[in-house]
Amino acid sequence: MPPAAPRSGDAIFASVERVNAELFTLTYGAIVRQLLTDLEEVEEVNKQLDQMGYNIGIRLIDEFLAKSNVSRCVDFKETAEMIAKVGFKMFLGVTASVMNWDADGTCCSIVLEDNPLVDFVELPDTCQGLYYCNILSGVIRGALEMVAMKTEVTWIRDMLRGDDAYELQVKLLKQVPEEYPYKDDE
Amino acid sequence: MDTNDSLRVASLWYSMHAISQQLSPTNGCSGIELLEVDTFDLHCFQSLTGTKFFVVCETGTQHMEALLKVIYELYMDYVLKNPFYEMEMPIRCELFDINLTTAIQKDRVALLGR
Repeated sequence: MPPAAPRSGDAIFASVERVNAELFTLTYGAIVRQLLTDLEEVEEVNKQLDQMGYNIGIRLIDEFLAKSNVSRCVDFKETAEMIAKVGFKMFLGVTASVMNWDADGTCCSIVLEDNPLVDFVELPDTCQGLYYCNILSGVIRGALEMVAMKTEVTWIRDMLRGDDAYELQVKLLKQVPEEYPYKDDE
Repeated sequence: MDTNDSLRVASLWYSMHAISQQLSPTNGCSGIELLEVDTFDLHCFQSLTGTKFFVVCETGTQHMEALLKVIYELYMDYVLKNPFYEMEMPIRCELFDINLTTAIQKDRVALLGR
């Protein structure tokens, strides 16, 4: 049986069930507010959001692979394009672009044109250190870890903090291919 | 087969699959896809995340790859999206079992019709 052709982010997004976007925004907002109440420290909340994102990412990757029918990416550049063009489109319905590649091809920025998580949100003065969308960095990190890539994902620009766009830096730390159960020297 | 037997078979298969990748005379081998024995066939599907699904069937059964893909999608829905399922643990999700049985029965019916 010939392998199915990879599907575009638009096609997959059009085929999934819909939910009210405001419900999604409100739910996420409620999570962040509750974390702030429970943990009080902004740094702790950032860490917790990242951890939650990580737990989502490790599960979401299989959904991404199953729905999009992609084959193994040749290099990290292709991986980043996949995340921006297919991943973000499929799950959040937004287009993202990849830019600012470094010389090795191991570090790039993903810029989001739109971000449904932050509709109607304004950060108060008491939460200035908060990365409101930190769940997204965890999701990317978790998803990539399940496909043998250890990465570091950080926010470079955040519109809630006064910048002009949402920019995530994704840095490939190392490829970790699956360990074989037998070592050659045993 | 009880849980212990399933775990034993699964770990055996995992090791065999890994060894087959190293045994391959060509580079870039992704492991065993089909094992043909005189009394049964074993089809295996590996996702890009390394999770392997295998099905044991009668010799010569067709369209097992399609069934494996369906099972992958069921796993993705009923197991991974269950917040109470712990990753890498044995799957004890009732919805997954029910839907799996339905999918296999549908496949058998379709097979008889072919």
